[in-house]
Amino acid sequence: MAFEKDLNLDATELRLGLPGSSDESAKNQTPATLRSNNKRALPEESMSSNATASKNCDQETAPLPKAQVVGWPPIRSYRKNNLQPKKSEGEISGIYVKVSMDGAPYLRKIDLKVFKGYPELLKALEEMFKFKAGEYSEREGYNGSEFVPTYEDKDGDWMLAGDVPWEMFTNSCKKLKIMKGSEARGLGCV
Amino acid sequence: MQKKMAYSFPDEVLEQVFSFIQSDKDRNAVSLVCKSWDEIERWCRRKVFIGNCYAVSPRMVIRRFPEVRSIKLKGKPHFADFNLVPDGWGGYVLPWIAEMAGAYPWLEEIRLKRMVVTDESLELIAKSFKNFKVLVLFSCEGFSTDGLAAIAASCKNLRELDLRESEVDDLSGHWLAHFPETCTSLVSLNISCLRSDEVSFSALERLVGRCPNLRSLRLNRAVTLDKIANILRRAPQLVDFGTGYYAAELQPDVFSNLAGAFSSCKELKSLSGFWDVVPAYLPALYSICPRLTSLNLSYATIQSPDLIKLVSHCPRLQRLLVLDYVEDSGLEELASSCKDLQELRVFPSDPFGAEPNVSLTEQGLVAVSLGCPKLRSVLYFCRRMSNAALVTIAQNRPNLTRFRLCIIEPKTPDYLTLEPLDVGFGAIVEHCKDLRRLSLSGLLTDHVFEYIGTYGKKLEMLSVAFAGDSDLGLHHVLSGCESLRKLEIRDCPFGDKALLANAAKLETMRSLWMSSCAVSFGACKLLGQKMPKLNVEVIDETEPPDSRPESCPVDKLYIYRSVAGPRFDMPPFVWTMDEAVRILH
Repeated sequence: MAFEKDLNLDATELRLGLPGSSDESAKNQTPATLRSNNKRALPEESMSSNATASKNCDQETAPLPKAQVVGWPPIRSYRKNNLQPKKSEGEISGIYVKVSMDGAPYLRKIDLKVFKGYPELLKALEEMFKFKAGEYSEREGYNGSEFVPTYEDKDGDWMLAGDVPWEMFTNSCKKLKIMKGSEARGLGCV
Repeated sequence: MQKKMAYSFPDEVLEQVFSFIQSDKDRNAVSLVCKSWDEIERWCRRKVFIGNCYAVSPRMVIRRFPEVRSIKLKGKPHFADFNLVPDGWGGYVLPWIAEMAGAYPWLEEIRLKRMVVTDESLELIAKSFKNFKVLVLFSCEGFSTDGLAAIAASCKNLRELDLRESEVDDLSGHWLAHFPETCTSLVSLNISCLRSDEVSFSALERLVGRCPNLRSLRLNRAVTLDKIANILRRAPQLVDFGTGYYAAELQPDVFSNLAGAFSSCKELKSLSGFWDVVPAYLPALYSICPRLTSLNLSYATIQSPDLIKLVSHCPRLQRLLVLDYVEDSGLEELASSCKDLQELRVFPSDPFGAEPNVSLTEQGLVAVSLGCPKLRSVLYFCRRMSNAALVTIAQNRPNLTRFRLCIIEPKTPDYLTLEPLDVGFGAIVEHCKDLRRLSLSGLLTDHVFEYIGTYGKKLEMLSVAFAGDSDLGLHHVLSGCESLRKLEIRDCPFGDKALLANAAKLETMRSLWMSSCAVSFGACKLLGQKMPKLNVEVIDETEPPDSRPESCPVDKLYIYRSVAGPRFDMPPFVWTMDEAVRILH
């Protein structure tokens, strides 16, 4: 396995062997210092309390994360730099909006671009804040739900999420708020 | 006596004859015929190519060729592209410009590759050469748009300004406005590497509009999709176009405007750019696809189905650069649609991921080698390979001249047999008798080098990484490859024996790079001492090589032939092994 010569320790070591007979066994080990260079960190234990037994087994038998070698694979830095998408806020890459919920101690942020429509968005919000939004209907909104997804649009008005087509929503949504159902009545409903 | 008279022509006649000889090699041959031919030839040589800027000094070039109009220089070794050459190593163009400013007032063309160019150099060019026409900076660095402004403002007959893949300090897009309104001579403008989000768009539009001979235009990412149509309508004569940002929300009027603009470019044959593509805009290209011969989609993160659709509209395609999103299925489609294909480059979309993210394997390359009879040049990144596939490719395509394979994980064996890939690469060199360039990867023993030394008689450039078992491997290459000019090696167990035994060979080559190998400092000194026409440079960023025992291997070694002697612009981490065994630094 290849590894990065970070301190060039081989060169500073006095060796008894002839030049050219490098210490092959040393090359095949992965020194502990290299773990810090790994792209794939070993999963933290605190991550998921739902970790199943099979997941744990996978962790134990998974191959050691690979260390990055300088200049390998041979890709020009010009190409590497250009593969990263333009980090501009707004239309093309990532629409991040703040999400707040009545009673929650802090806000979250989500990228609207990753969802294809309302059902996916609602599912994600429900999982994030542990609530149930209920069924949406044009006439009655999220009737009977304890919590209701709303958003502030470009004009500064608070709207019920779900009324307008998805594309229009992602373009005009400035922030999201999960309101208590009792307060949401009267929002956007005919 | 009479024989001599019968064979002598007046100088002017010989000059006229020589003017038909354009190739450098032929010119060099002419100058070797006899002293008078050498003398005549050197006065009428107009173009000089210097493959290593340290192989000769500016003064020597000027002394020999006093009437040069066009110069091409290369600086850093190729592995500098992959960050193996530390910053500050060298490759400065300023000394050349300074000397040529006085000696070649009529210089018209400067083409540089992998050199350090400063604003000072650019300003000196702008000031010194009244008839300056062509500036190509390929993979260069060290300058900003201020330097470009000087060129734009002063060079009244500028025809080409090509900054391909250079690192430019993009201070603002306003430098474009420095082209005077009287400048109408541009034929080629490539600013695709400029990174800032600003560009003086109106200046660009006006410039494009007033240059009727503009054939090649490559924009940068600051130019948004909606602006492309305006530019194209001002330059319908374009042959080569590089888009800027090719992404926007799909709007019917923008789309139809764009499609119309493209279809008005009847000469357009080559496309590139395509950063951040929205697939819905690709059909705007369909009207020109039938004429396309070159397509660079290597920055476009579009998936296989969209790629297949596009490529199937391009039956005349000769050159395709693409990301591995194309997948095996896309390459199979390419093989059936594009029978004129000569060059294919497939780049990895996720080179550092541990697992494959796309379904691209050796199968895609095999399909293309089978289906495209004119395929000559391949650059292919993948995650698995087999000897059987390589043998098939070699047998299908003996006309390959460039074959560069990068299996992403070092030392990966044949995935079917778990054996080294010696036999597969051996087949490549054996069948492809005109192979000039080869890059190896995967698990390889000394055997592959035996094949290369035996069959690679036309091989000019060889790149090796994580391969071989012993000095024998290197010896096979150095003793067998008669045409070898450039050899670059990293992380191989090659040491002193092969190098010292083939010292004379190194004088017949342009350069040798070895890093993370097993060449000792003592051997480097010996080589420097024995071979005065070689510059032996040791690169070590941690400490001086003579602070350790002579048997210790050096970190990086760069050996190149030179008639200029050791250079004097070395940074602290480069040592040259001088012939007098003084270590110059």
